[in-house]
Amino acid sequence: MAFLDVQNLTKTFGQTTVVKGVSFAFDKGEFISLLGPSGCGKTTILRMIAGFERPTSGSIEVDGRDITHLKPNQRQLGMVFQAYALFPNLNVGDNIGFGLKIAGMPAEQRRARIDEMLKLIGLAGFDKRYPYELSGGQQQRVALARAIAPRPRMLLLDEPLSALDAKIRVSLREEIRAIQLDLGITTVFVTHDQEEALSISDRIVVMNAGNIEQLGAPHEIYNKPATRFVATFVGQLNTIEATVLDAAARTVSIDGQAATVPALPATADNGSAVSLTLRPEVLSVGARQGNDITLSGTIADVTFLGSVIRLRITLGSNLLSLDTFNDQRTAPPARGEKVTVSLASKDLLVL
Amino acid sequence: MKTNRFWAWLTFALGAAYFIVPLLATFEFSLRMRRGTYSFDAYASVFADPYFVSSFGYSVVIGLVTIVVGVLVVVPAVYFVRLRMPWLRPFMEFITLLPLVIPALVLVYGYIRLYNSSSIIPFTGSALGTDILLTGAYVTLALPYMYRAVDNGMRTIDIGTLTEAAQIMGANQAQIIGRIILPNILVAILSGAFLTFAIVIGEFTIASLLNRPAFGPYLVGIGTNRAYEPAALAIISFIITWGAMGMINVLGRFAPRTSARTD
Amino acid sequence: MTNTASPRRIPWDALAVAPFIIFAVMFLFLPTLGIIGAAFTDRAGSFTFDNIFGLFTDQILAAYWISIRISGASAFFGALIGLAIVLAIIRGRLPAPLRSAVMTFSGVASNFAGVPLAFAFIATLGRLGLVTIVLKFLGLDIYRSGFNLLSFWGLTLTYLYFQIPLMMLTIAPAVDGLKKEWNEAAQMLGASQFQFWRYVGLPILWPSFLGTLSLLFANAFGAIATAWALTGSNLNIVTVLLYNQIRGDALQNPGLGAALALGMIVITSLANVIYLVVAARAERWMK
Ligand SMILES: Nc1ncnc2c1ncn2[C@@H]1O[C@H](COP(=O)(O)OP(=O)(O)OP(=O)(O)O)[C@@H](O)[C@H]1O
Ligand SMILES: [Mg+2]
Repeated sequence: MAFLDVQNLTKTFGQTTVVKGVSFAFDKGEFISLLGPSGCGKTTILRMIAGFERPTSGSIEVDGRDITHLKPNQRQLGMVFQAYALFPNLNVGDNIGFGLKIAGMPAEQRRARIDEMLKLIGLAGFDKRYPYELSGGQQQRVALARAIAPRPRMLLLDEPLSALDAKIRVSLREEIRAIQLDLGITTVFVTHDQEEALSISDRIVVMNAGNIEQLGAPHEIYNKPATRFVATFVGQLNTIEATVLDAAARTVSIDGQAATVPALPATADNGSAVSLTLRPEVLSVGARQGNDITLSGTIADVTFLGSVIRLRITLGSNLLSLDTFNDQRTAPPARGEKVTVSLASKDLLVL
Repeated sequence: MKTNRFWAWLTFALGAAYFIVPLLATFEFSLRMRRGTYSFDAYASVFADPYFVSSFGYSVVIGLVTIVVGVLVVVPAVYFVRLRMPWLRPFMEFITLLPLVIPALVLVYGYIRLYNSSSIIPFTGSALGTDILLTGAYVTLALPYMYRAVDNGMRTIDIGTLTEAAQIMGANQAQIIGRIILPNILVAILSGAFLTFAIVIGEFTIASLLNRPAFGPYLVGIGTNRAYEPAALAIISFIITWGAMGMINVLGRFAPRTSARTD
Repeated sequence: MTNTASPRRIPWDALAVAPFIIFAVMFLFLPTLGIIGAAFTDRAGSFTFDNIFGLFTDQILAAYWISIRISGASAFFGALIGLAIVLAIIRGRLPAPLRSAVMTFSGVASNFAGVPLAFAFIATLGRLGLVTIVLKFLGLDIYRSGFNLLSFWGLTLTYLYFQIPLMMLTIAPAVDGLKKEWNEAAQMLGASQFQFWRYVGLPILWPSFLGTLSLLFANAFGAIATAWALTGSNLNIVTVLLYNQIRGDALQNPGLGAALALGMIVITSLANVIYLVVAARAERWMK
C-alpha cells in the first residue's frame, strides 16, 4: 500500500482553479520531486499536504491515515521553507530542539538529539549561534535539522535551495539526498529547476497549469517524455521540420533524405509536415557509427561551457543545438564554419 | 482560523468604539448650544470671536516659520552628515531623541531662566524676542519628527550616488542641494512639515508660559469660561489635525520609492 | 570659519552642520544644564543639596507618584491595547483597506492631544457628557458609582486616546516584520498558536514593545495640557506643580523648582535606561 496517497486533489482560489484533480501515490522512503514552471501549483499542493491550505476537494492519506482535515500541527510532518524561516530569537540548538520541546521531550534527551542532528548536518559546535550569525547554506541545513529532529513521518521541502548561490546549491542538494537516504524518510521536494529534480529524485511529478503531465523516474522523464511540454521543460530540445513520405511505413523526408522514425502521430497523412524533436546530445558533428541521417549546415553560434561545447547550427529553416565534448588538443569550431551533423533516426521523438 | 477572525473583529470593534464615541459625543455636545434643538450656534460663536481669529492666525504664522527654520536647520545637517560625516550620526540621533525624553515643560523652564531680560541673549525682553524663542522651542519640539522624515527621505534616494552623478556633470554644491536633493526629498520634507504643523497649532504649555497669544492658551481660556464652544473647538482642532495628517498620506503616494530598484 | 589654506574653498560641511549644533546647544543642552545647575545652587549662588532634599515632602512626592502611576498605567494599557489592535488588524487578516484607514486615523489620534482632547472627554464623560447621560438613562450613574474624569482613572482613560495610536504606529512595522513562515514552521513542529506566540512571536516583538513602552511613558509623564484643561491647577501631578512654579514661584523657592524639573528628567531618562538595558538583553539575537 502506498505511503503517501493523494487522490483527486483540487484547489480553487476564488475563480481560478490552480490544482486540477491531481492524483499520485508513493512508497515509503521515496524521494519525490514536484517539478514545473512558476505558478503551476506545486507550492499549493505541498501546502495542502502540510495543512496550510484546505483542499477544495480530494483526499490526502499518509501511511493509511486520512489527514485531509487535520490541523498542520497534528500531522507530524516536517517542512523546510525557501527562506529558511529559522526563529531569529532562538539559537541554533533551540531552533533544532523546538519541535522536541513542543512534544515534551525531557531536556537531556533533547540535548542528545540536538547534538546528533548538528553532527548530521556538519555543524557540530554551532548550537549557541544565532541564525543571523550563519551563512544561507548553514541556515538551511539548520532548518533541515529542525524539520527532521522530531522524526516526522514525511519531509516537505519547498524550493529549499533557490535562495542559495550555485555552488552551495549543488553541494547542499547532495547532502539533502544523502541524509534522506540515510534516514529513509519519505520526502516531497518542490522545485522548478529540472536539473535539481533529475539529480536527486527517485521519481518526479512534472506539472503544468495545475495538471500532472508525467510521473516517472528521472531517466523515464528525460528519455521518454510523455508530452511536448515535458520534453521542452525537462532538458533541451531541438525541433526539425520534416515531410511525411509514407505514414504507414513511418518514413519521412528530412532535408531531402528519407528516414524511418520510431513513431508518427495518428493524424499524419502522406505529404503533411511534422515536427520531429531530438535531444542535443544525440546529434554529433561529422559521421558516427549507427547514425543514418547526415545533414549539413552552418555554425551560427558557439558557447564554450568548459567540458562541453554547445553549438547552434542552422540547417535550412531549422536551428539546432548540439553538445560536443571539449577536446584539449583542438580549438573549438568557429562561427560561420560549414559542418555536417549526423543522427540516428531511432533517437527522433515525435510529439 | 474562524475563531481567530472573530477575535480580530471583536478587538477591532472595541477599539473603534473607544475612538469614535468621544468624537460623536463631542460633536453632539457642540450642537447643544441652543436649547431644545441642535444648532451650529457654538461654531458661529467661535468664528465670530475676534480672539479666535487672531490667536489662530498667530499660531499659523508661528507654525509656518517653525517649518521653514526646521527645514533650514535639519536638511543641510542631515545631508552633510550622511554624505561626509557619518561618524556624527549617532550624535545626531541622540540629539533628536532628547526632545522625546526631556519634557517640553522642563525645556521651557530652562529657556525662561536662561534667556530672561537680564541675560546675555534677552529673548524674553521683547515680544519679537519671545516670538523667536517660541519658534526655537517649537523647532526643538518638532526636531525628532522632522529629522526622521528627512533622514528617511534621504535614505531612499541614495544621496551619495546622486551627488556623485551631479558632480561628474559639473554641478556645484548649491546646485546639487537646490536642484537635485531638495526636489527629491520634497515629499519627505512636506510630511515632516505637516506633522510639525499639527504639533504646533494647538500647543499650550510653551506658548502659555512664554505669554504669547497663541491658539493653545486661547483654547484653555475658552474651556474655563464657556460650555459649548470648547466642544466645537475640539471638533475644529480634530479636523485640522486630520487635514494635516491627510496631506501626509496623500503626499506619501508621490514619494520616490527606493533608488535601488529591483523591478 | 576662516580657511587660510585655500581661501576660496568654502567649508560647506561645517557651515551646514553648524546651525544644527548651535540649535541643539541653545535649545537643548544649555537649558538642561541650566536646570541641573540651578537644582544644585542655593539663593546665594553656592553649591547645595538642599533643593534635592527639599523634594522629599509629602506634597511633592505624592505629585511624582501620581504622575508615575498615570504615565505608567496609560503607557502599559496603551501598549497592550495598541498591540492587540495591531495584531487583530495585521495577523487577524482583516480587510486591507480597513488597515490603512486605521493607520491614518492613528496618525491623527496620536496628535490629537492637549487641550482639544480634554474638551472631547469632558463632552463625553464629563458630568453632562453624552456617554454619562446615556448611561444614566440606562440606569448606571457613573459619577454616583465613584467615577470622576478628574481622577487617576479618568486621566488615564483620556491619555489612552493618544497613547494607543502612538503604540500602534510604532509597533506596526515590527508586527509586519513577523514572517508568516515562522508561524507555519512552528505549526509544522507541532506548536499551537499559543505556543507560537509564547516562544517565538512575542519574544521577537519584545524589544520594540519595551522601546515603545518607555516612549509612551515619557510622553505621558511630560504631558500637561490635557490635565490642565481638564482640571485647571487642581490636580496634584508633577507637571502641574512645575507649571505653577514657573508661572508664579508657587513653591517660593526657584532652586526647588529646578530640582523638581531635574527629577522629571531623571525619571524619564531612567525609563529609557531601563529600556536600553532590558532590550540589550532581549536583543542578543539581533544583528
Ligand atoms: N492564497 C492565494 N490566493 C489566490 N491565488 C493564489 C494563492 N496562492 C497561490 N495562488 C495562485 O495559484 C497559482 C499557483 O501557485 P503556486 O504557489 O502553487 O505556484 P508554484 O508552482 O509554487 O510556483 P513557483 O514556482 O513560482 O513557486 C498561482 O497562479 C498563484 O498566483
Ligand atoms: Mg512555489
